[in-house]
Amino acid sequence: MSATVSGFWPRLFALLLLSMTAAANLARADLSVEVIGGGSNRYPVAIVPLQGESLLPEAITATVKSDLAMTGAFSLLETAAGDALAAPAQLNAAAWQQRGARAVVYGKLVSLGGGRVRLTFWADTVSPREQKLSAEFDLAPEQLRDMAHRMADMVYEALLGEKSLFSSRIAYITQSGKEYRLQIADMDGRRAQTVLRSRLPIMSPAWSPDGTRLAYVSFEQQKPVIYVQDLVSGQRRVLANFRGSNSAPVWSPDGRRLAVVLTTSGNSQVYLINADGGGVQRFSYSDAIDTEPAFSPDGRQIVFVSDRSGSPQLYVQALDGGRNARRVTFEGNYNVSPTFSPDGRQIAYVRREGGRFKVMLLDLASGDNRLISNSAFDESPSFAPNGKMVLYASEEGGRSVLYAAATAYPGRVRLGTLGGQVQDPAWGPFNP
Amino acid sequence: MKQSPFIVAIAAALLAACASTPAPVVSNPPAATVPSTPSVATVDVTGSEPALQGSKVSAAQLAAAVKAAPDQRSAQALLNGHSVYFDFDQSVVKDDQRGVVEGNAAFLNRFSSKVLVQGNTDARGSREYNLALGQRRAESVKQSLEVLGVKPAQIEAVSFGKEKPRAEGDSEAANAENRRADFVYPQ
Repeated sequence: MSATVSGFWPRLFALLLLSMTAAANLARADLSVEVIGGGSNRYPVAIVPLQGESLLPEAITATVKSDLAMTGAFSLLETAAGDALAAPAQLNAAAWQQRGARAVVYGKLVSLGGGRVRLTFWADTVSPREQKLSAEFDLAPEQLRDMAHRMADMVYEALLGEKSLFSSRIAYITQSGKEYRLQIADMDGRRAQTVLRSRLPIMSPAWSPDGTRLAYVSFEQQKPVIYVQDLVSGQRRVLANFRGSNSAPVWSPDGRRLAVVLTTSGNSQVYLINADGGGVQRFSYSDAIDTEPAFSPDGRQIVFVSDRSGSPQLYVQALDGGRNARRVTFEGNYNVSPTFSPDGRQIAYVRREGGRFKVMLLDLASGDNRLISNSAFDESPSFAPNGKMVLYASEEGGRSVLYAAATAYPGRVRLGTLGGQVQDPAWGPFNP
Repeated sequence: MKQSPFIVAIAAALLAACASTPAPVVSNPPAATVPSTPSVATVDVTGSEPALQGSKVSAAQLAAAVKAAPDQRSAQALLNGHSVYFDFDQSVVKDDQRGVVEGNAAFLNRFSSKVLVQGNTDARGSREYNLALGQRRAESVKQSLEVLGVKPAQIEAVSFGKEKPRAEGDSEAANAENRRADFVYPQ
């Protein structure tokens, strides 16, 4: 280690220790990631440990690797600290090709003093040798994890040529005894933070399109009432507290209004309401249960559940097309919890079949239905903002866990919980 | 060899936990920033469960006992712990559950009180669809109360869906215990 660097690391280390102590309480509620299965056509990539990383208490490389692995789109080659490369000129493309890599991601960390560190990294394909990515960031210690997700995003986008998802967040509800929490976390389940804590149930969190607010249902008034809460300030207000039950909020893509379910007609029906709580208008018309609305990404249609046919099925209705709802599920007698994919071509939903609850993908053009989960009690699916994964709640050995399934590969990731029950996951939008 | 944009971003110095979005100081197009995850505020709401003590009177005797009770407080105590139970996937108030409805109707008619009727379901399936099924049960009880002369304005039908199971687990006994409507009176 050079003399210029030696004065830096102890200071950085001390700072990180401080922030780690503060984070220790949060860490207990964190989820952990376990990758199960994966695609057969995965992109083989070597993520070489960053030079100079060994003294960082929180390795960037490890997060980049677990991010890329959880998508099921990559197979990660074994690498060692000795593989570290500090410059593109040091890359032996032929040797990496022989080891099976199609691309190599490498880089270095150096001190800038004052607690800051400079991260430089590259991603090169090996045959033909082509530099796909070259980037440099100056970072404060508390930015290391955000940076790791950002680096994974850049690698994903440079190698696959499609929008990434690692800087997004998820919301979910935990229950431990009589304590309910609405929490948000990084999409890998780490860095959980509590948004709302209550002694009565909370359900159905819904992200505003800009990621700054959550709508949710809380039972703190002995009935379901919809609230909207600003995440940073904690300011919350009632969005809908009409006579009866108020539930199932979901934002329109432009963030100007929400679809909700009210019971003022004496049955559960879908309504539209402005984001400020005004302008309520009825959207669905049946004498049955209509619930679980979700907007199409262009904001022109809503898919919802209705048992108007005698069993819960999915219906799609245009916002400007009168009251006609088009039924889109025909197999099975229990199809619920629909949500549109970000490209609007698919609907993820839950089907009950033989006492098992499964997450399905409906392709709207072909009408084909495909199973993407594999446990007995899978519920509450939501798409990653790039559409490549679907997050859902499942149950194992009597405990609830979160899974993320790839939509284009058979891979799945378990976001294991360390305690309590975790339910109602909702994947947030791209970070602004 | 194709060179992609070389991106340089610099962090604003050690900022508070509410993190910063570093501004790029040098960039060959386009500039990228490290997304910063802001800390969020935690809101605490306590709320409270109504106390639940078992009534000393059977469902069949409930209406007569409520009518004979010396005052509102003792009449209300008679109703504690009595719920209306439903068959699987049903929201019809069965004949053997009418005593509880009649007892509550007698109370509401005598004291002009208000009541929250909370519908509940067993534990399987979509939370929101279960909320709607619980609502259907609460509305069914509301209609039965109205038939017995209770004014609609006295009754609010709401649902807890599968969120407030009285019995844990997935046995048929637990499911039967959870398919119910509760009566909650203002304290």
